[in-house]
Amino acid sequence: MDSPEPRKLDVPCTRQDTAALRNGDRILLSGRIVTGRDMVHRRLAAGAWEDRDGLLRDSFIYHCGPVVVPDGDGFRVVSAGPTTSMRDEPYQAAVIERYGLRGVIGKGGMGDATSGALVRASGVYLSATGGAGAALAASVVEVVDVHFLCEFGVPEAMWVLLVKDFPAIVTMDSTGRSVHRSVLEESRMAAARLSRRD
Amino acid sequence: MRYAVPEIDQIVELVRLASCELPSDVLAALRRSRGDAVGSAASTIEDILSNCAIAAGRSVPMCQDTGLPSFFVSGPGLDYVDRIALVDRCRQAVAVGVKSGLLRPNAVDVVSGVNTGDGTGFGIPQIHFDDPPAGSPAAPLRIDLLLKGGGSENVGRQYSLPEDLAGTGRDMDGVRACVIDAVVRAQGFGCAPGILGVCVGGDRSSGAVCAKRQLLRRLDGDRGPFHDFEDSLLDAINSLGIGPMGLGGSPTALGVAVAVMARHPACFFVSISYGCWATRRRAMVAGPDGSCVYE
Repeated sequence: MDSPEPRKLDVPCTRQDTAALRNGDRILLSGRIVTGRDMVHRRLAAGAWEDRDGLLRDSFIYHCGPVVVPDGDGFRVVSAGPTTSMRDEPYQAAVIERYGLRGVIGKGGMGDATSGALVRASGVYLSATGGAGAALAASVVEVVDVHFLCEFGVPEAMWVLLVKDFPAIVTMDSTGRSVHRSVLEESRMAAARLSRRD
Repeated sequence: MRYAVPEIDQIVELVRLASCELPSDVLAALRRSRGDAVGSAASTIEDILSNCAIAAGRSVPMCQDTGLPSFFVSGPGLDYVDRIALVDRCRQAVAVGVKSGLLRPNAVDVVSGVNTGDGTGFGIPQIHFDDPPAGSPAAPLRIDLLLKGGGSENVGRQYSLPEDLAGTGRDMDGVRACVIDAVVRAQGFGCAPGILGVCVGGDRSSGAVCAKRQLLRRLDGDRGPFHDFEDSLLDAINSLGIGPMGLGGSPTALGVAVAVMARHPACFFVSISYGCWATRRRAMVAGPDGSCVYE
């Protein structure tokens, strides 16, 4: 699963743009995205927030709780890698459908419910390199806005970020295939072989 | 021997080093692993290494999850330092670290869900004092700091042998099966390639702390009595094909560090602490005159 050259993806994007992507494709994503983790997803899945500015429509939600420092009148992101996506599995499908997302960025992959929602939306799940917070923050051009900062705190707030050439790899595509599911199944078999050898 | 309590800015420097500069032995292990990595595993390892260079160069946190700070304090014996004052300074150093963007505020009230905002709360940071047994050779005041993210903490496990796993008798084969099971369950969630801290024995609480403490051991340091067991376990883990960030391939782990404690006759715990590739540990060794050296 290695593609020679990364593909550019600008958001907002169309259904056709994400439908054309396949697992293993490396992506450089540019445009406006929003962060969200456990508390944001719970709120959004319940429909308890109205996306008046269309922040999520045709874009991506990024599972990330950044390190942010004040900078003039606004904020600056100093470290912003992905957090474990699986915690949002109970909410993700509803959030994708309700807010018209084209996909999700995170780490570790997600389950069958999210995969199903991605298939219906022709969307994709993108894996960013976990722990690479300093390098990924370098792709954040601007902190456009923030929601729920006082209520949820810095790590759980919904940060609206403008990113340029944010690097990620497609690991769940719109055909329903998942790199994470394959690796899990194969590593379980490898572990079973190890125990038989004992 | 009684030591001066380190100054807040000396502890803040320990926090900065831990958050921004990966220990040289972990970096070396990541660089060595490039030989085995192909495809997405290779590009992930390259991403990790270039991230470490950016973080060290700009003095910014290598990972946005700066974890739950755990200080491990040791010294020459009881009353080697004013513990109440040291606890206070560690807490203040964490708050300064949050304010200066070296740490993320990672203390949340469980019931209200409100983030305390300054990185401290009841039980955060953790500060462990270890008193050496009577008759130990003279040791300086040493403070080890471990910054370990929530994702890796979540995939740690504790087993009580015998478990319902193949090969889980109350022996080292059982221990091996537990560690492999934990790594398979962890997949990429703990930011592989990880380091496995393992404690066999103890009780549920002492075993968990001892397992986490093994993450302070250098990968290139003195090898303990379980050296062969650790090496064979590492080979087994790296044959699983989980790979960096769980995207397949190799390496799945960089190291395994095993320790034992005595156990109750009825108990046989295997405690596993999963350290992500960004196992951020640093130490300061203080002199009696208030100076300090960082490791």
